[in-house]
Amino acid sequence: MINDSQIDTIDTVAKKSKEQVIEINNLKISFGKQAVLKDVSLQLFNGENLVVLGKSGSGKSVLIKCIVGLLNFDGGSINVLGENVSDLKREGLGELRKKIGFLFQSGALYDSMTVKQNLEFPLRRIRKNLTQQEMDEKIKEVLENVGLSDALNKMPSQLSGGMRKRISLARTIVVDPLIMLYDEPTTGLDPVTSDEISLLINEVQKKYKTSSIIITHDIECARNTADRVIMLQDGEVYLEGSLKEFEKSDDVLIKSFFK
Amino acid sequence: MKESIPAIKKAHNLHKAREWTIKISEKTITKTEEAGNFLTDFADAVLFIVRTAKETFSREFEFKEFLRQCFQIGYKTLPLISVTGLIMGLVLTIQSRPSLAKFGADAMLPGMVAVSLIREMGPVITALICAGKIGSGMGAELGSMKVTEQIEAMEVSSTNPMRFLVVTRVLAATLMIPILILYADALGIMGSWAGANIKGDVSFTLFFAQAFSHIDFIDFLPAVIKSFFFGAVIGLVGCYKGYNAGRGTESVGIAANSAVVLGSLLVLIVDVIAVQITDML
Repeated sequence: MINDSQIDTIDTVAKKSKEQVIEINNLKISFGKQAVLKDVSLQLFNGENLVVLGKSGSGKSVLIKCIVGLLNFDGGSINVLGENVSDLKREGLGELRKKIGFLFQSGALYDSMTVKQNLEFPLRRIRKNLTQQEMDEKIKEVLENVGLSDALNKMPSQLSGGMRKRISLARTIVVDPLIMLYDEPTTGLDPVTSDEISLLINEVQKKYKTSSIIITHDIECARNTADRVIMLQDGEVYLEGSLKEFEKSDDVLIKSFFK
Repeated sequence: MKESIPAIKKAHNLHKAREWTIKISEKTITKTEEAGNFLTDFADAVLFIVRTAKETFSREFEFKEFLRQCFQIGYKTLPLISVTGLIMGLVLTIQSRPSLAKFGADAMLPGMVAVSLIREMGPVITALICAGKIGSGMGAELGSMKVTEQIEAMEVSSTNPMRFLVVTRVLAATLMIPILILYADALGIMGSWAGANIKGDVSFTLFFAQAFSHIDFIDFLPAVIKSFFFGAVIGLVGCYKGYNAGRGTESVGIAANSAVVLGSLLVLIVDVIAVQITDML
């Protein structure tokens, strides 16, 4: 019979045997006088889905924006695929971003472009060596993967919330990223569409062999996608563990999320 | 009891003095913060202009987006500028004719209207109309892109948003607004000819010949040069306000509104400076 401490040891060994793709140590960031992240340390291992839970305003989105260098942090370090983010200049950051896919909370589709132009936009800039035919094939493939092949010539304004998220996901995976960062992928969607997006996240992980950080406060999304969970509270890591550990926890805050 | 009255007065005065000190300190802090905010905004604007200038001369120029912006700014503003130009010439002619007639100087009408239009009214009124249409459009578009995270999405796609969004728009405005101004001038003179024919009968060729006989190269050159500055100012202000919009939908309206207000004000300031410089030459 294996007890809890032995399971923890096995988990730790398993983690260490995996390659770290993101390592964050003692991350600090403030906006004016308000400290959003006070001391956050976490690791993302190759091929895993790490779900970051937390209340609104707990700094979850800020955390992943720091990872891609959209926000400059005040202290600590972020290492992505062996590169220290704070040491990178614009060109270096641009190269690193080519390996990272970022799904924005709002979808962030370019309003003035069709779906096809939205998907071509990153392809033309990141996969410069592709011919037009290769680009068309790639776009067709990712649209099939998200189940929206017929939306090619539509404008973003003609799409529903769920469709926008899917197209946004297609735009992110079209350049074959190694790491995926999802910012509230199911927020504002109905439960059925939320489940479909969660399934898509798992499919993307399997098909494109990505490692992902999923920011959410949707417990169903966490249940469907998480290999490991971290909860942020007051700018610090409150708890880290498997989904089962979270569900079994007697902590009031954790219970309020999982009830 | 007699002794305690001065003591109470003293305490009261001390309390008043303390209240005054607190009030003055609070006001000083507020004013210092306001001055600090103004200086920060000013420094931000200067940095934005420097960055735009730097990105303009970078190797990877977004030519396709630049052409799209030229089309948006130039072609799509044509109807508005056509109506504005025609009305400018027409109204100026109708309003000036009685005054000139009093001095028996009716024959000076085409020349006077042409000089007014080309040197001052055409550039300034067209630029103000452009500040309203183009400046607010840029402010609202970039502001909404900021709010919906499209600018960040561009950055994550390894695209420099300053180069793609700002440089293309500023250059397109700098190039297209002078062309729109010249077009408005031409239509203004046509409007003036139409105005002159309401109560008279002047041939088109005679009117144009008279109008251009009063215009020298020196009338054209400063007007054309300042038009480029008007274009640059409108483009820069529109992009700056949109690019630096706050979070939330309200900030889109604020960005569009302040792009128009500041753009129009700066057009007038640039005009005053240009007139002073022209006057000195």
